[in-house]
Amino acid sequence: MMAAPMILAGVGDEFFNGRILREMLPGIVTEAMRNTVVYTVFAFSAGIVLGLLLALARISRRWWLRTFAATFIDTIRGLPALLVIVIIGYGFPIAYKGVTGNFWRWPFGSFGSKYLPGCFSLSLVAAAYMAESIRAGIEAVPRGQMEAARSLGMTQGKAMRKVILPQAFRIIIPPLTNELAALFKDTSLIAVLGVGVGGREILQYARTFSNATGKTTPLVAGGIAYLVITIPLLQLVSYLDRRAKRGTR
Amino acid sequence: MITIRALSKSFGDNEVLRSIDLDVAEREVVCIIGPSGSGKSTFLRCVNRLEEPTSGSITVDGVEVCNSKCNLDAVRTSMGMVFQQFNLFPHKTALGNVTLAPISVLKLDRAEAERRGREMLERVGLAHKADMHPSQLSGGQQQRVAIARALAMQPKVMLFDEATSALDPELVGEVLQVMRDLAGSGMTMMVVTHEMGFARDVADRVVFMDGGVIVEQGTPEAILGNPQQERTKAFLSRTRT
Ligand SMILES: Nc1ncnc2c1ncn2[C@@H]1O[C@H](COP(=O)(O)OP(=O)(O)OP(=O)(O)O)[C@@H](O)[C@H]1O
Ligand SMILES: [Mg+2]
Repeated sequence: MMAAPMILAGVGDEFFNGRILREMLPGIVTEAMRNTVVYTVFAFSAGIVLGLLLALARISRRWWLRTFAATFIDTIRGLPALLVIVIIGYGFPIAYKGVTGNFWRWPFGSFGSKYLPGCFSLSLVAAAYMAESIRAGIEAVPRGQMEAARSLGMTQGKAMRKVILPQAFRIIIPPLTNELAALFKDTSLIAVLGVGVGGREILQYARTFSNATGKTTPLVAGGIAYLVITIPLLQLVSYLDRRAKRGTR
Repeated sequence: MITIRALSKSFGDNEVLRSIDLDVAEREVVCIIGPSGSGKSTFLRCVNRLEEPTSGSITVDGVEVCNSKCNLDAVRTSMGMVFQQFNLFPHKTALGNVTLAPISVLKLDRAEAERRGREMLERVGLAHKADMHPSQLSGGQQQRVAIARALAMQPKVMLFDEATSALDPELVGEVLQVMRDLAGSGMTMMVVTHEMGFARDVADRVVFMDGGVIVEQGTPEAILGNPQQERTKAFLSRTRT
């Protein structure tokens, strides 16, 4: 009978320690969440562009483009994302340091050295996954659409841009939103690159506090910071899925 | 207008067209009939190279279509095609469907394209449906929009591949009427159809295909009324309406 309140108090102290929570503010929003959003937006935008190019290459009539795209996509998807991020984000800057002084700093200044290694490697991972969604979307558009466009004298590229892709994108909005939620979580992998203060995303920010205090509370706070974004996103995905199933235009 | 010589097409080792010759004169309406699988669609699709012929030559309005130097997209603007499944663009309105190619291929400015587009919709009796999306239109209306879409490119030839086969019986008439009017206006047409009544009334010439060859051709009266070949007789007795 006496034990219950004590256990609860212990849980509160370890997982929901108010003092530590207060210490994490406002940085968990202004630094951690902000950077997670920046990484996500960057990787998603770059990923969607690269993913579209990969998807088009994947269904190209040129065999070498198809082979290249398929190999790239399968390689990235076949590897743990963490490994890709370590190899690209960690290895490349070291390998090219001699060439450019600082590989990432060279074109983008301090922004480059702070954010780019992580963002860039994450973009590659995102692109590989999105390429498959985009390709599936393009292939879901009936063949007759391309034939009708071509029969009107549109070139392959024009038909793709004006007729196929607008329809394909409607189909792939739900899976791409899903991909956005996944990407938002995967930004946590960037923590292994050990980005410095100011560039930390949620997980690394939480780990810093957790290491300093020896408590789990910062990690719980980090979890909440993820959920604040991911739960609405996942709700949106299921809403979009339901709407797509109802077959609205 | 169209000259086809020794046209052959195989899918793998399936010989679908075997050395077909056919001429279509300007303003002529040629109806192509024949049993399912005889290669009618493939034949029509070779004419605007949606299907790549295996061998042979096709000349449309003096341009050799099978020549690798030929600008295929330019040639296609002079040939309209109407499909069994309509293939309207579902993300565009009726007017959007009709103006897309004139704007993006012929480089008309929007106002001019819309003027022409509305005129074409008027011609198929659908001016009042200009702002509807395909999903809001009946099958017959969709097919008429598809015809207007092809006409908006001001083609010299129109190709119809079973334009009424996917339609409910009560909607067939309105589409056939549009095709009749078009024939009456002097359009050169190649029409693959199962509508024998249409062939009898509208065609200048009926071509009967079977097994990838032209078995017999002639006036509607000759082919539909008094066929000479056994295969033609057998086919017509099966489809007699
Ligand atoms: N893309 C393709 N790949 C392989 N075979 C094909 C292809 N298109 C058509 N064929 C074959 O070519 C033959 C002729 O087909 P086609 O569609 O031209 O016939 P059709 O006369 O139009 O028949 P229907 O009246 O049923 O439309 C058929 O045996 C068909 O299986
Ligand atoms: Mg057919």
